[in-house]
Amino acid sequence: MKVAMNVNGVARSGDIEPRVLLVDFLRTNLRQTGTHVGCDTTSCGACTVLLDGEPVKSCTLLAVQVQGRDIMTVEGLAQGATLSPIQAGFHEEHGLQCGFCTPGMMLVGTALLERNPDPSEEEIRWAISGNICRCTGYMNIVKSIQHAARARAEAQATPPAHAGVAVGGE
Amino acid sequence: MATATHMHGRIGESIKRKEDARFLRGKGNYLDDFVLPNMLEMAILRSPHAHARINSIDTTAASAMPGVIAVVTGELMAQHKLAWMPTLSGDTQAVLATDKVRFQGQEVAAVIAETKYQAEDARDAILVDYEILPAVTSPDGAKGAGAPLIRDDKEGQKDNHIYHWEAGNQATTQAAFATAHKVVRLTSFYPRCHPAPLETCGCLADVNSATGKATIYMTSQAPHAIRTVFALVTGLPEQQIRIISPDIGGGFGNKVPVYPGYVVATAASLLIGRPVKWVEDRSENLISTGFARDYHMTGDLAVDKDGKMLALRVHLDSDNGAFFSDAQPTKFKAGLFHIVTGSYDIPTAHVTADGYYTNKAPGGVAYRCSFRVTEASYLIERLVTNAAIELGIDQAEFRMKNFIKPEQFPYTSATGWVYDSGDYPQAMNVALEKLGYDQLRKDVEARRKKGEVTGIGIASFTEVVGAGHGAEFDILGLRMFDSAELRVHPTGKALLRMGVKSQGQGHETTFAQIVTEELGIPAVDIAVEEGDTDTAPYGLGTYASRSTPVAGAATAMVARKLRDKARKIASHLLEVDEEDLEWRVSRFQVKGSPDRAKTIQEIAFAAYTNLPEGMEAGLEGVHYYDPPNMTYPFGTYAVVVDIDKGTGQVNVRRMVAVDDCGVRINPMIVEGQIHGGLTEGFGIAFMQLITFDSEGNCIGSNFMDYLLPTAWETPSFELGETVTPSPHHPLGAKGVGESATVGSPAAYVNAVIDALSPYGITNIDMPVGPDKVWAALRSKGVTE
Repeated sequence: MKVAMNVNGVARSGDIEPRVLLVDFLRTNLRQTGTHVGCDTTSCGACTVLLDGEPVKSCTLLAVQVQGRDIMTVEGLAQGATLSPIQAGFHEEHGLQCGFCTPGMMLVGTALLERNPDPSEEEIRWAISGNICRCTGYMNIVKSIQHAARARAEAQATPPAHAGVAVGGE
Repeated sequence: MATATHMHGRIGESIKRKEDARFLRGKGNYLDDFVLPNMLEMAILRSPHAHARINSIDTTAASAMPGVIAVVTGELMAQHKLAWMPTLSGDTQAVLATDKVRFQGQEVAAVIAETKYQAEDARDAILVDYEILPAVTSPDGAKGAGAPLIRDDKEGQKDNHIYHWEAGNQATTQAAFATAHKVVRLTSFYPRCHPAPLETCGCLADVNSATGKATIYMTSQAPHAIRTVFALVTGLPEQQIRIISPDIGGGFGNKVPVYPGYVVATAASLLIGRPVKWVEDRSENLISTGFARDYHMTGDLAVDKDGKMLALRVHLDSDNGAFFSDAQPTKFKAGLFHIVTGSYDIPTAHVTADGYYTNKAPGGVAYRCSFRVTEASYLIERLVTNAAIELGIDQAEFRMKNFIKPEQFPYTSATGWVYDSGDYPQAMNVALEKLGYDQLRKDVEARRKKGEVTGIGIASFTEVVGAGHGAEFDILGLRMFDSAELRVHPTGKALLRMGVKSQGQGHETTFAQIVTEELGIPAVDIAVEEGDTDTAPYGLGTYASRSTPVAGAATAMVARKLRDKARKIASHLLEVDEEDLEWRVSRFQVKGSPDRAKTIQEIAFAAYTNLPEGMEAGLEGVHYYDPPNMTYPFGTYAVVVDIDKGTGQVNVRRMVAVDDCGVRINPMIVEGQIHGGLTEGFGIAFMQLITFDSEGNCIGSNFMDYLLPTAWETPSFELGETVTPSPHHPLGAKGVGESATVGSPAAYVNAVIDALSPYGITNIDMPVGPDKVWAALRSKGVTE
């Protein structure tokens, strides 16, 4: 059946079986492979995307369930060469190692800061508790989100400051 | 910018990671991200039973389903002599079962179809007729005369015993025990757990039907070793096999072995003539790929009347699962477990080990540790704390009294290890000071008087990492050296290729920094490549904390080779003798006149444009480094816990970790490794358990049953450091990726036991869940 949605601000559509999971639609049909699969049971959060701004686990949603709605994936975070505050925070605070959980973690962090621009450590830990990281031990992920919160606050205090920093590609 | 005295990114500087750029943008290249034209997908049918005879397999319905290209069974694999494969421990393992299934989750058949959904649909339509046999789920169950014979496929195998192995000296140990003032015993089970990297295992095999070349993308920590194993197993010429290990989403030892899925996918691609991808799901990962630990250990520590350790005696039974496929050096059947004397000057020791087949998944991988060092470290550190409690001596004081002293290094242990360097009292002192130990001890006593259950745990671990040297350490005979190839381009930019393979450890940054230090090329100008066996120099891979000790050393050595050549070129350019030149960060300058100098970039350009008469062009080299010894990182970890008597819940109030891994190349990355290891240690101590019911059903086959620590329960860590360089490593570095997983479980559990010691509780096996603590307290009449 036909499915259409906005992915990172771009209208995307496909003709798929009704049973196709959102994560498979993103990865296989749209070739947006930044969204990962870690557990298949909604436990690890590697497949987290934002659905109308709220974190959801795309391994437990059918693509047809998000008909006509807005999806944001890790590929939508940066503005061209400029990293978003959350991406810059993860780079500056060494919030990633193997990088497999990172897209989900950054999207949860992004949604958290939209809702709560100045979260406590406890609030951050609770927000990311649906996302498993096997490498970092979470301390630096907490710091990364705090880093992003500060950057956002500074950007708002002195508009139109740059929202993030550029990290060169390879 | 580089100046005569400063250069960004040298050793000791916490520069940000070069590899972050792609990961932050979702542009990493993990195995499942690869798609090839005409690619097929594979799904594996696994046994629902732990032990059963296969009467028949009916693939008729599955073969007729939409999109199905082939259904592969053990019978088909046997026709190509691929129904069985060798393991890394010299045993055999079924690729697809032909006679019996020997563990729940064992590979029985595979479907290759146009899409993954179609492959999985057809997999579920395969009919297998099983005759269920009694299952063996522990070494004790494997031993009895009436125990079912698991490996009836092996000629001459009459029981479930795999190996007996010993280290140390039985006679001197017995004699020392006879004189002991006190003998303290600990019987401890280090349960089965699973590394569970967030990315599961998989491969994408592409055998070109015209050329015969097999290109296999694979989640492998050791691509070169795997290539050689593949050549030996399949008979394909080794130059026709290319293993590409792309970005890896965590490994922790789980991605060292060869799994049956790799073999089936490759064979299928060869037979069908199209690329075949296989990516396991999480349950497949947890129930069939390399588990860790499952050691049943008994330790006896003999102590004299002054609290000096006299001797250590250890026996262990190892539960190896259905196939002996531990990934470890050939001559050490129980890995490096005989490092079990740890940080202590114990004059004599005797270690015995017996391995058993059971109807459980095979594996025995070193989960974030160096070949069974974790089990050894856990046993000695738990035993030492129990001994201190029993003797009425403070845990820290007892350790201090028995530490190997700094002046005793290099130190030969009772089981034959030569420790390279260490200062254990210093690491202990830094930890105690950071903790405020003396005050905290008083605080614990005060709280206990008020009825609180609280305690402090200490572990002062010593690791043995960085294998080889090659004469002692191997994988299937392949010596454990490692390699680095450095090419400096005419413009002074460089390409560094390694025989090891990062799984998130930050190699692209760390190894670039070594070149920056040795050759003065800024880290940003150095590309680091790993994982492609067609381009990278041969190496044994990344596990056992060997990347920095071995490949890091190779990097320093190859950079020094190029610097020697650079000196000759500089001498030619500056028209002075080589002896009149001195190296300053990034250039050669004339002694006494620093204005006369050539930068490494100028020298690199000259290497291709303006060479001395008779010199070979270019500025490239390769170095294969065979370490003269292992390295011995160490540290002291201290944990404070509070226990809720009503629920048995353990709260980690503080965790102080002091690590000495020698010289730190990128301290930020080192601390990140320690954070991760402390968290995995926390998970193992309190949550992570793979267990089985009496029929051999795996309990822990998904992330709802196999509990991993999240940000919510994971404590914050307080880190400290001391630096005792390795005397034999070119940079003084020792390796750190696994120290915290090795050292921390005992610290967490020691804190719990210290808290429970007033109630006479001396042991709780991991994971120390609230149910066990609650039951232990109730058994001692604590009812609050």
